[in-house]
Amino acid sequence: MSLLRRAPALTLLVMLGPVCAGLAGTVLPAFGIMPALGGIEPGLTPVSELAAWPGLPRAVALSVGTGLGATLLALALTTLICAGWQGTRAFRWLERVLSPLLSVPHAAAAFGLAFLIAPSGWIARALAQLLGWERPPDLLILQDPWGLSLIAGLLVKELPFLLLMTLAALPALRPGQSLATARSLGYGRSAGWLKTVFPRLYPQIRLPVYAVLAFSMSVVDVALILGPNTPPTLAVQVLRWMNDPDLALRMRGAAGAILQLLLTLGALGLWRLGEAVVARLGRAWIEAGGRAQRDAPLRALSFGAGALSALAIILGLAALGAWSVAGFWGFPAMLPDAITATSWMKQGPQLLSPAGDTALIALVATGVALALVLACLEAEHRFGLRPSARALWLLYLPLIVPQIAFLPGLQILALVAGVDGTITAVIAAHVIFVLPYVFLSLADPYRGWDVRHATVGHALGAGPARVFWRLRLPMLLRPVLTAVAVGCAVSVGQFLPTLLLGGGRVQTLTTEAVALASGGARRVIGVTALAQTASAFLPFALALLIPALVWRNRKGLRHG
Amino acid sequence: MADGLRLDTLEIRLGGRVMVALDAHVAPGEVLTVMGPSGSGKSTLLAAITGALDPAFALSGRILLDGEDVTALPTERRRIGILFQDELLFPHLSVGGNLAFGLPPSLRGRAARRARIERALQEIGLEGFARRDPATLSGGQKARVALMRTLLAEPRALLLDEPFSRLDAARRGQVRELVFARAKAQRLPVLLVTHDREDAAASGGAVIELDA
Repeated sequence: MSLLRRAPALTLLVMLGPVCAGLAGTVLPAFGIMPALGGIEPGLTPVSELAAWPGLPRAVALSVGTGLGATLLALALTTLICAGWQGTRAFRWLERVLSPLLSVPHAAAAFGLAFLIAPSGWIARALAQLLGWERPPDLLILQDPWGLSLIAGLLVKELPFLLLMTLAALPALRPGQSLATARSLGYGRSAGWLKTVFPRLYPQIRLPVYAVLAFSMSVVDVALILGPNTPPTLAVQVLRWMNDPDLALRMRGAAGAILQLLLTLGALGLWRLGEAVVARLGRAWIEAGGRAQRDAPLRALSFGAGALSALAIILGLAALGAWSVAGFWGFPAMLPDAITATSWMKQGPQLLSPAGDTALIALVATGVALALVLACLEAEHRFGLRPSARALWLLYLPLIVPQIAFLPGLQILALVAGVDGTITAVIAAHVIFVLPYVFLSLADPYRGWDVRHATVGHALGAGPARVFWRLRLPMLLRPVLTAVAVGCAVSVGQFLPTLLLGGGRVQTLTTEAVALASGGARRVIGVTALAQTASAFLPFALALLIPALVWRNRKGLRHG
Repeated sequence: MADGLRLDTLEIRLGGRVMVALDAHVAPGEVLTVMGPSGSGKSTLLAAITGALDPAFALSGRILLDGEDVTALPTERRRIGILFQDELLFPHLSVGGNLAFGLPPSLRGRAARRARIERALQEIGLEGFARRDPATLSGGQKARVALMRTLLAEPRALLLDEPFSRLDAARRGQVRELVFARAKAQRLPVLLVTHDREDAAASGGAVIELDA
């Protein structure tokens, strides 16, 4: 009983303890304190070294530009899609297409996109068919110096995320009523939605938007695949310093990590300011009373962009598949000359061990997270705890503090403690990021469970434990398994925690795939990225299948 | 006066305001009806008696069952059965599983428990329904299963939270009669909460009105 009461505190410790410790472990070396390297006197040497790095202005501009650009585009597109199409059949179709894409790992989606937009990719090949090109165009599309392909890679993944977060928040706002009222007053569909629903919706999705901004600014794996190289984004450069054989560079890396944190905080501040400006302009726009009835072009544009974004991931996965079984495949042929299983036969066995570790890490990390989340929610229920708005902020903290800002510090601490490079350290690091998603996924269904079932159970003589195990958990089987699938997908996709805490000695499908980014081995990339995608998809398939089988004779649980 | 359900100067407050105040006694086999419009604290009263009162409320007074003070006991040790207006059959268990959930563990042995459940189903005219999915039953059938599940747990009192309001007129009378007859036969004190005069009249017992 008392253990359950302490569950929320324990959960915060497991989740935020490493974040704080990691930040401390990054701040100290950034100011010259790193006893392991003989740095005892605090000083500004690492900071001045960082400032002297010639690539710094460009790296900073890239991080801020791509982060803000991707977030703005993703939010704008999400909003316009909802404004133009919410409640229509086309919207439900788009929702069904986009939701499963959420589970595609970032790295796999980025590789897929690369295979589409590269000068020798599918798009160029299609153009070549039409225009009669015989060789790939001489353009630097992938890893372009402006970071445009990086923005595209982030956009296709963040759009489904923001859309699903929006869909989760919408029903409580009763958008149908607001929209019907607005339209009966003569407002166009999009304008009516933007004026009556969006102002109430935005506060509900603010934290996910902040998470997207922080993530996009500091992402490493997608930037390694799609981002520019000379210089790369700041986060990628920090990782290079951290992995450099010259250990002295770690202090400079730490300084860079702190800069990344400050940049993120600055960008969030800027965003907050932007919110105020938009709110002000928006109020004026609402009060002006414009009906904006002719919104057909806008609706067509938003729907087209949304469909294109989904198509980019789907075709990207298809391109990965095509390359994974390709024999000879010259330009500008749309399909390989020959289909062969050689790549799978050759790579498959080598991927078995990383696949096993991927599954082990995902299952244990998700198991730990699920146990903590269930304990928190059950404690909330039994002791009548009311989670505050601040608690939600704490939950989002690991998603908003950039990974690159605290994981290096955590790595140094793990090194000192002698646990670096162990699978346990990797799992502990994964729990930090799996936990918030498991909580977010499970909290609403758990809290939404009709507690009168518990009252009936108690009235029939069942104690709290029996009610939990025999009633609540079985009835919530579907959301629990969905939360497990979400947790597994998050864990499978983790690159930086695996790389840094694993010290290069723990290999997962994700670290294997991202390591291929600098080479051009398309067939190997195809096999590895598909294996990574499959490992994230499988839990979702099981989460659908298991409740359908277990409750096949229970109509009351079929849509729950 | 020691037998049955006694509410001894019961008072429920929310933030200093008195929501419900009641002093009453229900003898075994008797029905006490509490009437009042929605918002008059009827459901709060039942939550207090079952022990499922939200911690935001403050409770004073005592709840006595056959002379025993149960005010401080958790719900599962009070042995007070409750029927809500929704049947709340557990959707993941079969009809038989729902009844088995109510059957005390003191009845041992799989065969003996099955036989008891089969007999219980017979008593409510649902023989052979043990393996059925509760979601496939009609409203009246569900209500009967919910009643039997409650009775199998051998309660010492029965609370009814508008349990007939979801049923159509024809079923309503039948189910109501079945509930009152079974309660009387088992000499259970019954507390009925309703806003329906007909329910109150059919109960044949005393009626207390709560103000909004």
